[in-house]
Amino acid sequence: MLLVPCPYCGPRNSSDLRHVGEAISRPDPNAASPEQWRSYLYLRDNVADWNVETWYCTRGCRKYFKVERNTATNEFRDPPMPGNKIGGKA
Amino acid sequence: MTQSHRLNPQPGEVIDRSAPLNFTWNGKRLTGFQGDTIASALMANGVEVVSRSMKYHRPRGYMTADFWDPNGFVQVGDEPNVRSGHRQLTSGITVDPQNVWPSLDYDVKAANGLVGRFLSAGFYYKTFMKPAALWPAFEKVLATFAPGGSVDLDSTPGYYDKRYSHPDVLVAGGGPAGMAAAIAAAESGARVMLVEHEHQLGGHLRWGSTADQASARQLAESVAAAGVEVLTDSTVTGRYEDSWVAVSQRSHAHAVERLIKARAKVLIVAPGLIERPYVFAGNDKPGVMLSGAVRRSIAMYATRPGSRAVVFSGNADGDAAAIDLERVGVDVAAVIDARSGANIVEAHGGAKRVSSVELADGSSIDADLLVVAAGWTAPTSLLNMAGDRPVYDASCARFFPSATIDNVLSCGGIAGDGNFDEIVAHAQATGRLAAERAAAVQHRLQARTARSAPVEFAEPAWPADVRSPLGRDAHPELFQSSTVGMVDFSEDVSSKDLVLAAKEGYDSVELLKRFTTATMGPSQGKLETVNTVAVLADARGETIEEVGTTVWRPPYAPISLGGLAGRMFNPHRVSSIHPWHESNGQIPIQVAAWERPEHYGNPAGEVTNTRTNVGIIDVSPLGKLDLRGPDVPKLLNLLYTNKWSKLPIGGVRYGLMCAEDGVVLDDGVTGRLGEHHYLMTTTSSGAARVWEWAENWLQTEHPDWQVHITPVTTALSSINIAGPKSRELLSRLTSIDLSREAFPYMTLRTGIVAGIDDCIMWRIGFTGELSYEVHVPSGYGLHVWQALIDAGADLGVAPFGLEAQRIMRLEKGHFIVGQDTDGLTLAVSAGVASLIKLDKDDFVGKTELAWALADRMHELPQVVAIQTAAPTVVPTEATQIVRPGTNEILGRITSSRMSPTLGRSICMGQVPSSLAAGGTALELVLVPDGRRVAATVLDTHAHFDPEGARLRA
Repeated sequence: MLLVPCPYCGPRNSSDLRHVGEAISRPDPNAASPEQWRSYLYLRDNVADWNVETWYCTRGCRKYFKVERNTATNEFRDPPMPGNKIGGKA
Repeated sequence: MTQSHRLNPQPGEVIDRSAPLNFTWNGKRLTGFQGDTIASALMANGVEVVSRSMKYHRPRGYMTADFWDPNGFVQVGDEPNVRSGHRQLTSGITVDPQNVWPSLDYDVKAANGLVGRFLSAGFYYKTFMKPAALWPAFEKVLATFAPGGSVDLDSTPGYYDKRYSHPDVLVAGGGPAGMAAAIAAAESGARVMLVEHEHQLGGHLRWGSTADQASARQLAESVAAAGVEVLTDSTVTGRYEDSWVAVSQRSHAHAVERLIKARAKVLIVAPGLIERPYVFAGNDKPGVMLSGAVRRSIAMYATRPGSRAVVFSGNADGDAAAIDLERVGVDVAAVIDARSGANIVEAHGGAKRVSSVELADGSSIDADLLVVAAGWTAPTSLLNMAGDRPVYDASCARFFPSATIDNVLSCGGIAGDGNFDEIVAHAQATGRLAAERAAAVQHRLQARTARSAPVEFAEPAWPADVRSPLGRDAHPELFQSSTVGMVDFSEDVSSKDLVLAAKEGYDSVELLKRFTTATMGPSQGKLETVNTVAVLADARGETIEEVGTTVWRPPYAPISLGGLAGRMFNPHRVSSIHPWHESNGQIPIQVAAWERPEHYGNPAGEVTNTRTNVGIIDVSPLGKLDLRGPDVPKLLNLLYTNKWSKLPIGGVRYGLMCAEDGVVLDDGVTGRLGEHHYLMTTTSSGAARVWEWAENWLQTEHPDWQVHITPVTTALSSINIAGPKSRELLSRLTSIDLSREAFPYMTLRTGIVAGIDDCIMWRIGFTGELSYEVHVPSGYGLHVWQALIDAGADLGVAPFGLEAQRIMRLEKGHFIVGQDTDGLTLAVSAGVASLIKLDKDDFVGKTELAWALADRMHELPQVVAIQTAAPTVVPTEATQIVRPGTNEILGRITSSRMSPTLGRSICMGQVPSSLAAGGTALELVLVPDGRRVAATVLDTHAHFDPEGARLRA
């Protein structure tokens, strides 16, 4: 089981958290084309590499946070400390 | 029967001769001693045949006489598939053989053996594939040939448990290396857990010389002194991501089995080596034993495995077995030294036991015991699971670990060879390295945890591995192909079967394994893998290195389903009013985690009483979120499809929530309690989801908004008071003006109810009646409920349950999210067009709903109210709706009930938009008989009181 570095609670079993998915940015709902909007809804890169993801600390602090994980090796890159900004997919 | 094969006391025996234990075997009463395994007790009593093999029903005796023995499966009482070589004898148990019919000694299915050469690998696949129609018949016959014991469906479930553990260093294996490593790690300051598969620490020292046994005792004492947590009769069954280590503990005092989930910082793998069988004709006959089994039987259990032995020896342990046998008076007829090229060809024998051994030079020696020492298999499972791919060393005839994995270290026999001192020195170095690395891992974990000040110390350098590696002892490669000897004893797969399968094209090791089932039996390849690979290498004309090996996956040893399940901790939620329901005839229903009254005996009567007089229902499971902050209206505007900016203090509004794809997510009522204070209700099952959903939007999209959410579902007990006399009833318990003018529909008031302050009342009408929903501090829920019952006796107050509420809401045409809508239902299909405000700047789901309204409405379904022409027909929910006179499926019935108010059936369903207009004729195909009934779409969702006069009363 993965040990997920929650920036507030520290490393926690992944069963204590919810894997929300690849971090994605919400397009402007009033300007987005159907292609852009549905890409936001349904399309994910699903890379076998470093990837920015969102996790939710369900059984702990109940914070959503972004963290970089290598989906091929399950390594987490330097933990996100509170206030650390990690960008998602534009 | 006396213990005819029990030897005089041996110096290292683990049995307690002062504690005899009675048991039965195959109906006979026998005696063993405390400390015996079932197998050793059977051997002591002269039992020769323990089981019959799976496919050919060949007689089988003791081969390894330990956990891995493929022949040792027995039934103990109501427990099947017990490993007799491992399970300790207890007083009074009933032990029976498995897979025998009609008896162990005379087994008619042994006839399979006669046709053995026709029952080759893949026989079942090839023979019973066609015609497919006959498979059920084949299956019935074949099922009687399936091995295994019998399950008693009436047996008492055992008590199983789970435990979490966080050792710095976890050592798998309690032999000399594992113990030395554990001691060194503990002495270096690590918290250490030592897990031993067998019942005692000591590994192979337990059946070694007197000096070996003394060393084992000494190490075990030091382990205890060092404060190591020791688990015997426990197996490290798997190593997963981030050093998550599963330990199956069979030795717990109270639990049948306990699964320990250990997050070890460093894992030390020290399982030792497993002795490998030799492949030759007759190698599965009773009387053929591996050298370790012979030495264990003599040294630990003081049993005599035979009377005249031939020893086939490829190593020092085979030689030692010969010496042990002679010491206890067994006649050693010959030692066949494999190192000088001598070989055995076949073990001959009768129905029960080996009688002679045929050698390669053509000679034959009479013997009832053939001891085989053909080499070792490194059980690299845990290393495999950590990502290691072991490498074969032909000069040693075994695999060795290859990659170095940072926090998985190996020591002992799996890592190399050496004398006792060398093995221990290497293990100590391993233990120290493990402790240092565990400290480094600990530092990393702490550095990842938020704190007000940074971690004081810089991260220590990763401790380098400076251990001098162990040496490797040469060992002859003793593999034989193309014999009728067994490679997989559990599955009855011979080397000939493997060669044939390879010729048929199953010549990759992974394919061969699955086609022949070699290595897939209960020993899971511990005994069979290397021989399988060797036979395949020979068949392909390649080396073992070139063929490679299969990957060992978890579990290392089987875990029971009970062990995996453990104790289940399921929350069971009840409201504060639950005691009243229980003592007043509730018929309960489980809704998600909540137990609540479905009804109190007569749901139709509950509906009628509520519509005529007044009813009260406990709706405490309703999700409730307390929202505070100046930006709450912004949040509500974002989450709900309708508008919230102008909701006055004291106002209540219904809202519908969508996901970003426009699909209906949840619904409920939110009221404004103060300037910056709101109470949101959600569906009972959606409470947690909506909270997470709202937090997601606040935390990730709008962290600048000032909103604080507190879930108060269980802080407030909720009671809905519904019916024409509800105003009269409530007015008896509160001084708040309940008049229509002072407290109109869709408003709320706060104040005292039945003497309880801080109650919230709002006028809403899910049932379609004049009704008040009262939220009271949950400590007083039961009090207020009782007060309502007491105060309304003359008004005819009666409780109603979930079923009556569902009937009334259907009469009124209120849909239930998830019942009348599904995972594809857009808000524009729910018949609530007035609630979708596209002129808002933004709300979740707006984009898709705008596009749907613009050009997709014709292809989307609509939720509509439907009535059947025959008023007594109540279609089952999910009944298909078809175009009249055709089989064209248009939609389905989503809710259906007999309405006590209207005296007829009423439905809600989904149909295409083109057929959603009132008066449209439909046809329903009833289940189960396919009868068709005509039905009509109604003008409005409401079957009853469409104008809403009652709820606005």
